Amino acid sequence: MEGRYQVGERVVVRSDTPKGYCRTPFYLRGRPGVVTGQLGPFLDPEKMGYGLPGLPKRFLYTVRFGQSGLWSDYDGPAGDTLIADIFEHWLDPGE
Amino acid sequence: MSGHDHSHESENLPPLEGAGGPALENLVLEEAIRELLIEKEVIEAREVERLLEVLQTRRPALGARLVTRIWTDPDFRKLALENGKAAAELELGINLVEAPEIIFLENTPKRHHLVVCTLCSCYPTYIMGPSPTWYRSKAFRARVVKEPRAVLAEFNTDLPEDVEIRVVDSTAEVRYLVVPVRPGGSEGMNREALARLVNRDSMIGAALADSP
Repeated sequence: MEGRYQVGERVVVRSDTPKGYCRTPFYLRGRPGVVTGQLGPFLDPEKMGYGLPGLPKRFLYTVRFGQSGLWSDYDGPAGDTLIADIFEHWLDPGE
Repeated sequence: MSGHDHSHESENLPPLEGAGGPALENLVLEEAIRELLIEKEVIEAREVERLLEVLQTRRPALGARLVTRIWTDPDFRKLALENGKAAAELELGINLVEAPEIIFLENTPKRHHLVVCTLCSCYPTYIMGPSPTWYRSKAFRARVVKEPRAVLAEFNTDLPEDVEIRVVDSTAEVRYLVVPVRPGGSEGMNREALARLVNRDSMIGAALADSP
């Protein structure tokens, strides 16, 4: 299984609000980031959470965000960042 | 420990911790779910005990061994940064087949990593043992992604503005272990002495390694 996004590519976290269990924190939804790592395919925890087998597998990425892009009132230096692991079905291509 | 009886009495509950410890209702809920899973034969009581026994052998000193070898052995450092789990198994001689992936985050004079799990409390338990209570607290998890420098200051960890703070939200399948910057003045120290400088919080990124 290959990942759709490459390291260095810009992405945006989807701003969906599905009901039930998911692994994408609210504060990252709708936020732009950059792929910094391809972690590979994993069983889908959002399905396993309901006792399902977790298939199809989902490709997982490490995505980097600028803190000032997450919080309009961030009061630290512009270079501060945050990374999180986000599954491919939660990502759209960025600009 | 009174063996394998399925008593529903609460006398086996562990003592309550301080204000940040698990609430009594959570302990009761855990016991109820565990006993239901055992009664329904989803898990066996001895599986739970076996896992707890394994986890009780894991502690921050094991993480410190990994950090000091990364500091002192360039080949091991390369392996650790490429395949964290393989490196941990090699150095510690433990089986991590059931453990999640492990990624080492190397701090530098220009970048400081700080780990959190905002969704729950993911932590490299398989190496470090149970996480500290503050790591599981809602206040830490909510605040650290938004005001990491204020939180670090509360740990007496003040970093200059030209050091990038990189918060790492451990949201999915990977557990993160921070490799703190090797402190100045530690040149020539052996690994055993170095390990005493690697405090638990420095492997989460809340603190720096101690000075010799």
